[in-house]
Amino acid sequence: MNTTHDQHGQAPALELEGVTKIYGGQPPVPALRGVSFTVRHGELVAIVGPSGSGKTTLLHVMGTLERPTDGLIRIDGVDAAGLGDRQLAALRARSIGFIFQQFFLAEHSTALENVANGLLYAGVEVGERRRRAADALDRVGLAHRSDFRPTKMSGGERQRVAIARALVGRPAIVLADEPTGNLDSTTGASILELLRELNADGATIIMITHDGDLAARLPRQLHVLDGRIISDDSGASFAGSGAYSRPGKAE
Amino acid sequence: MRIPSHLVPARLRAGDQARVASAGLRARPLRAGLSALGIAIGTTAIVAVLGLSSSSQAGLLAEIDRLGTNLLTAKTGQSFTQEEAVMPVAAPARVSRLGSVEEVAHTGTVSDAKVYRSPLIPPINTNGLKVQAASLNLPRVAGAGVAHGRWLNEATATQPAVVLGAAAAERLGISRVHPGQRVWLDGQWFYVAGTLTPATLAPDIDTSALVGYPAARRYLGHTSMARGKLADGPPSTLYVRSKTDAVGEVQSVLAQTANPEAPNEVDVSQPSDALTARAAAKGAFNSLFLGLGVVALLVGAVGVANIMIISVLERRSEIGLRRALGATRGQIRTQFLSEAIMLAVLGGVAGVAAGAVATAVYASVKGWAVVVPAEAWVGGVGSAVVIGAVAGLMPALRAARLSPTEALRAA
Ligand SMILES: Nc1ncnc2c1ncn2[C@@H]1O[C@H](COP(=O)(O)OP(=O)(O)O)[C@@H](O)[C@H]1O
Ligand SMILES: [Mg+2]
Repeated sequence: MNTTHDQHGQAPALELEGVTKIYGGQPPVPALRGVSFTVRHGELVAIVGPSGSGKTTLLHVMGTLERPTDGLIRIDGVDAAGLGDRQLAALRARSIGFIFQQFFLAEHSTALENVANGLLYAGVEVGERRRRAADALDRVGLAHRSDFRPTKMSGGERQRVAIARALVGRPAIVLADEPTGNLDSTTGASILELLRELNADGATIIMITHDGDLAARLPRQLHVLDGRIISDDSGASFAGSGAYSRPGKAE
Repeated sequence: MRIPSHLVPARLRAGDQARVASAGLRARPLRAGLSALGIAIGTTAIVAVLGLSSSSQAGLLAEIDRLGTNLLTAKTGQSFTQEEAVMPVAAPARVSRLGSVEEVAHTGTVSDAKVYRSPLIPPINTNGLKVQAASLNLPRVAGAGVAHGRWLNEATATQPAVVLGAAAAERLGISRVHPGQRVWLDGQWFYVAGTLTPATLAPDIDTSALVGYPAARRYLGHTSMARGKLADGPPSTLYVRSKTDAVGEVQSVLAQTANPEAPNEVDVSQPSDALTARAAAKGAFNSLFLGLGVVALLVGAVGVANIMIISVLERRSEIGLRRALGATRGQIRTQFLSEAIMLAVLGGVAGVAAGAVATAVYASVKGWAVVVPAEAWVGGVGSAVVIGAVAGLMPALRAARLSPTEALRAA
């Protein structure tokens, strides 16, 4: 393996090498065409591109929900191609957190139960799940809402619950697909702020968006078009400050 | 390649398994209830049918036990010449001298005598009742109690007094006995001394108006000749109580003893035997209702399968989410299979409970012991498990086959 370890000898959170995804059919649709990039632990990355450019496909492939037609994916140093279905499930349970545009919360369960479900398939015992879920809810500022059902919550609160669920297992990488897509801009901004705080606390997060302004507020942007990465802007200073907004873009 | 431990899927604990399986049911309790209803109805029908037949059987057997299985009857049958045979007057005395016989009672049918409520009733309305002379120990031996008034005694047995069997009293419209009450019996008034309770082992008594032998002789011409003198008329039925362990022995010699000259004109039977056979038949009688219960179960199974298929379609995003959270295909399959089984078992348990309650209510009204046979409730819950598994298998396989990305994009 030619995994590029950092100076501490730690493998990157995520590595893609020449990832291709072609959906079969007449004619075949090449959704990803040779995507390569690396995300180190502690990064906060935006993947930005217009609708239909392959972002969701990329997220599914990064998240091992779908196997690439070609290319390599390593999560926390583990080569996903060498793993069977059950091992991939275990990898997702322990190393990957997902956040979706539609939240996907269980309506008849409380916020706490929804968050606790993030640990269900990692084999954590129920009492411990609840304890850690309460912590996670506290981290997203919803400690006071833990007994509420999602139907009694605002869109922003629901997405916070979903974020807590993705983070509760402290995964190596969190993948968010248009997390602000169903929210108004103010709420969307607060969700973005939350992701930045969580990143500052150590979480590695990749956020997909079609909104260039939103992407510009993150330290690094990968621009996608027609299934290819067309630019990788690390800004002036990843791991530094001042990269939140580019000149001329009002916050 | 050695698989690192963090790449082995965690097994769900039993409690988590149950929580996951019940989540779908808790989310839609009304739907779950309605789709379990078919199985509940089927199980109720089966459990109630089996419970009621077992309870009524138990009731009958208890009744037989209470009445004793040591009663034998000997009736005059038909002679070879097809004439009504006649039992010798001495038959009761001879039978009671048998070693294992404890007591003998007897009745003698008074031929052509009929009983009516009043002289105004047309003679043809006999109500199927007959008039019989009865020995004074008849109720005790035949197992009939006094319902109203009193039974005959030495004095009333010589007078125009009558005691009515249970069915006779009912058909003559005599529900209670008061002084001066009479019936029109063979063209004269007889006073009603009392009425009897039903005699399960001797249903002949129920449809009889019973008078004393002396009264039958004096008022109804029920007579015979003994040593050239006029005597009480002949018996037509003997009721014989024998020692319980010698019933068979007595039965084999009863006809011969009662009528040595024409033993083949005597029909001997053990009434409890016939009743026991009837009780056994009662247990097997309800195959029609059992069949209906099975049909309801099948309909219930189709209902569960249907609801599970709909559920899998509706819950695609939940399935996708669970796969994203790290559920294996097997865990998704198990979830939906257990949900179907849980649904069916809920129906089955509710059905068993309803069937048992129905049995208990009906049996206690009838005064029977409440018997819900094990095969009824074990079978009810067991078949629910099987139905749930069969009905849930196909939907569960579908849910497991669903690709996680398809499931997530569908939302
Ligand atoms: N299951 C599929 N089968 C065939 N084509 C697909 C499938 N999923 C996505 N596509 C196609 O792949 C391309 C990229 O889609 P997607 O990844 O959803 O883009 P984005 O998220 O950037 O809008 C689109 O042209 C889309 O129609
Ligand atoms: Mg998309």
